[in-house]
Amino acid sequence: MTKRIMLLLVLGIFITACETTPEQDTGPEVVDKSDSAEMTDDGAAGADAGSEAQAFGAEGDQASALQQLDNPDSLLSVRIIYFEYDSSTVLAQFEEVIQAHAAFLQASPGVVATLEGHADERGSREYNLALGERRAQAVKKQLVVLGASPEQVRTVSYGEERPADPGHDEQAWSQNRRVEFVY
Amino acid sequence: MRYICRLLLTMLLGMSGAQAQGELEIIIDTGVENALPIAVIPFGWNGIPGEQPIDLHVTIANDLERSGRFVTMNESDMPQHPEEFGHVNFSDWQLLRMENIVIGNLKQTQAGDFEIEFRLLDAYKEAQLTGFRIKAGRTQLRRTAHRISDLIFEKLTGVRGAFDTRIAYVTVKQDAAGEERHSLQIADADGFNPQVLLESDQSLMSPAWSPDGESLAYVSFEGNNSSVFVQNIRTGERNEVASHNGINSAPAFSPDGGRLALTLSKEGDPEIFVLHLSTNSLQRITHNRAIDTEPNWSPDGNRLIFTSDRGGTPQIYEVDLQGGAPRRLTFEGAYFARPRYSPDGTGVTMVHGNNGFYRIGYLDLDSGYLSILTKNRLDESPSFSPNGSMIIYATNGRRGSELAAVSADGRVHQRLALQDGEVREPAWGPFPPD
Repeated sequence: MTKRIMLLLVLGIFITACETTPEQDTGPEVVDKSDSAEMTDDGAAGADAGSEAQAFGAEGDQASALQQLDNPDSLLSVRIIYFEYDSSTVLAQFEEVIQAHAAFLQASPGVVATLEGHADERGSREYNLALGERRAQAVKKQLVVLGASPEQVRTVSYGEERPADPGHDEQAWSQNRRVEFVY
Repeated sequence: MRYICRLLLTMLLGMSGAQAQGELEIIIDTGVENALPIAVIPFGWNGIPGEQPIDLHVTIANDLERSGRFVTMNESDMPQHPEEFGHVNFSDWQLLRMENIVIGNLKQTQAGDFEIEFRLLDAYKEAQLTGFRIKAGRTQLRRTAHRISDLIFEKLTGVRGAFDTRIAYVTVKQDAAGEERHSLQIADADGFNPQVLLESDQSLMSPAWSPDGESLAYVSFEGNNSSVFVQNIRTGERNEVASHNGINSAPAFSPDGGRLALTLSKEGDPEIFVLHLSTNSLQRITHNRAIDTEPNWSPDGNRLIFTSDRGGTPQIYEVDLQGGAPRRLTFEGAYFARPRYSPDGTGVTMVHGNNGFYRIGYLDLDSGYLSILTKNRLDESPSFSPNGSMIIYATNGRRGSELAAVSADGRVHQRLALQDGEVREPAWGPFPPD
């Protein structure tokens, strides 16, 4: 009986803890408030208010920007870059796509893109996590060279944990070695 | 995209009533050629016939059989079922060329506890090799059977048994809504008593045992990025120990338990760090712009092995914690990753990729000889049993990732099949404390 009470108690504590975990939509989070907070480290309250006003401006910017992203005829509609096995070299065929995203980011300073790096399932999971990050960083590097600001591009790696195709053959693997643009 | 943290922590150690589902089934593919014959005779029972809480002889025989080093005698082939030393007709067993026999008794005491007595006998010498009498509660009976198996194994092979140990692993199932459910589990080394330590709708990775067997470190993506947690198995209490920008992964406890080697890319690229758990201070170990990851400690705690592609392809390197340049250990192939020292530190197991096949390799550090132990297409995550005799790993089977084990000499092969869903990333736990 005591054990059951303990279990309920601990579960209770845990569920409470779980509720405090951020459940934010990544959409609005695109406006990077943590960065602006960092920049106003020595800032008075006035500076904070300023950055908030800026944030509203950025949201407006983002709304019009997102319309461009929705255009299926634009290169911006291409959001996935594929890679060769154990490689983070950006293939020439994707240069135009990256140029388009770089130009878009340069023209929309309030927009932040997250690059999600992925790997196929072969080999070890941890190495693949590192490989996914290196792919995302390779794309980021090109975006920045082409005019995007480094603060506009975030990277995250999911390694082989989120395959686009769950299969176990080259067809599936070629779809899984990728970097996805998430706006 | 929206991922909601839906974690359910279930610390059910010794509290669970729902242990029946999800047990691992163990199939032996190949054993050794000259496996030792042994007869594990049904134990005596002083209670109501047919109502003994456990068939100790079945658990013991399964353990021994599973090791690949023993062939157990069928019950129906046994000439007699003696329970006491004095009742053994040694000449019958000698006639059947059955050298090793195990007899024993299970008694319920007045207090409701149990008393177990067992003897390992040499039928040729007509003598007892080892034996013990021990008291145990109802929930400790299976463990006691594993301890008996450990004693028999050690007496007859000279190697400490690892049946009374546990494994940790990650399972992935789809729930009714088609969503993936990841769970971190531990089970006895024979797959029984699976217990869920953590459930998440996001990936869980890289479980690693603390040397005292009290905690697991692992990687969780619940915060939408990799972060490293340490969780106490008994209490379920968990702490996020690394959640920097970039990768936080590949945790490995030092042999003294006070430090955690891990991979962080907070400074731009994946580097190996040592986190001092008492002070929370970080010590950077590698300095190379290539991928450095998957650290593992030498048993003496003085060195780390890790995966790095600084030479162009992933290979295994070794580095002294005191400093100095890492030394490359692997050369024969395009892909080596996820190294783990053998418990005595004389060898390293890893994933070896060649011509599109990813198999479990073993490198003898003295001779530099590399052997490939498995024959499948996509094997990964090798982990040594604490006595060094077996390596458990993940392989790609009919239902996706499954567990398998191979003896360190490559001769014994087993598969461990879960009833449904995928099982990944097995980590064999340490010996229980004495």
